[in-house]
Amino acid sequence: MPSQERFAKGPIALFECMQQIPCNPCADACPRGAITVKEINDCPSLNEELCNGCGVCMTHCPGLSIFVVDYTYGKDAALVKIPYEFSPLPEAKSVVDALNRQGQCIGTAQVIRVQTSPNKTNIIWLSVPRELAMEVRSIHVMKGETS
Amino acid sequence: MITTEILIIGAGPAGLMAAIHAAEAGAKVLLVERADRLGGQLIKQTHKFFGSKAEFAGERGMDIAEKLINLSSDISGITIWKNAVVLGIYPDGVVTISHEGAFCTVSPKKIIIATGASEKTMAFPNNDLPGIYGAGAVQTLMNVHGVIPAKRILMIGAGNIGVIVAYQLLQAGVEVAGIVEAAPQVGGYRVHAAKLQRHGVPIYTSHSIQSAHGDSCLEGVTICRLDEQWQPIEGSEQYIAVDGLCLAVGLSPLTELLWQANCEMKFAAELGGYVPLRDANMKTTHENIYVAGDVSGVEEASAAMVEGKLAGLYVASVLGHKKDSFTKEFQTAKSQLSALRSGPASVKICTGLSKVVLEEVG
Repeated sequence: MPSQERFAKGPIALFECMQQIPCNPCADACPRGAITVKEINDCPSLNEELCNGCGVCMTHCPGLSIFVVDYTYGKDAALVKIPYEFSPLPEAKSVVDALNRQGQCIGTAQVIRVQTSPNKTNIIWLSVPRELAMEVRSIHVMKGETS
Repeated sequence: MITTEILIIGAGPAGLMAAIHAAEAGAKVLLVERADRLGGQLIKQTHKFFGSKAEFAGERGMDIAEKLINLSSDISGITIWKNAVVLGIYPDGVVTISHEGAFCTVSPKKIIIATGASEKTMAFPNNDLPGIYGAGAVQTLMNVHGVIPAKRILMIGAGNIGVIVAYQLLQAGVEVAGIVEAAPQVGGYRVHAAKLQRHGVPIYTSHSIQSAHGDSCLEGVTICRLDEQWQPIEGSEQYIAVDGLCLAVGLSPLTELLWQANCEMKFAAELGGYVPLRDANMKTTHENIYVAGDVSGVEEASAAMVEGKLAGLYVASVLGHKKDSFTKEFQTAKSQLSALRSGPASVKICTGLSKVVLEEVG
């Protein structure tokens, strides 16, 4: 987990990849060489100074276990980027239910941007209350808010 | 009688890789596939694969299938037969095949068997009701034909197949009522389980199915909690209304041809059942028969692809088609395979392999 100081500097990738499984596409994907998977069964380790939270690794992770959090996004809001492989995609500016790791609705999030990817792991940028930035990991798209 | 240098049986990830690498080395290959299309189970895999770049990690299974199919069609040394069911391997080395309904005999110098595995099922009352599927059938309906199997489905088995197919069901718009797993913990990769949990899918560990209910089709199932000895706990029964039930309770190697050819077989529960004894070059106890992929032990597709490459390269070399780069390529593939199997997620596989892999010869 990055330090408060690192979070204060801007967006950073968070790896919710705690089990040793044979997998390393994130390391190959990072354009800045910030991710290392020494042996293929090791969990990834991140060079926090090199990572700029671009989110390229998120589209490559087969486990969809990488998220980006940016606490510098706003005074009361933080930006959370989540991988999303469902259709239909939410529409930018719409408000969606924000779900935690257990799938419980813990509030709402505003969709800031929908970044589509050729490999169909799309990235949704969400503005969430700061205190929920470490909780929100999925969304539920309500009817009438789809693109 | 048709002659060929190498007959490869099964065009899934292992068979395709074996064919590509044997033919690239210069061998003449006949690749036979029972189905009407190549790719085996890969074509149904809409999720991104684990592993490393060398095994196409990060790419979706169906895209890997397309790549391998295109590669195999572009190499002139490979003849492909679809709708070709191998009927028997005779003591004189002749293989009989029903190809597009016509009876053929083939005389190969070497055979690579890459027939894969079939799904296990479960015994419980009413398990024959319409609406109860194996995970492979669910994937075929959804991901090959675009048909949803049910409106609300319960998954049995939280191994990788169970958690992956449950996620694919969610993507198809099917409500997943839960995943039932007899073991006290999820067997599949935790990242796969996490994807389901954050969409609110409950995972019932230490639970099993007791019976299915319905008149003409499935209407619901009763599940119950299991104690530490995996015995049902009385009074823990719970009814779940579903119109679909998906069984993802493991695979067994499809070894009929190996038995028939008198290859020495051994039971290894860790590998899914009876598998052939073989050496590190994938050669069975039969001089001319090699194996690759799930038929030699149920494992991830990434391992099947590397085994296919090893078998293809090696068999071609035995027949005199040895690329200059053979030693390097072969050793690289071997280290790739041992790297894949080196982690804690592969301890079970390695235990199984230690029972069936003969010491390396030559």
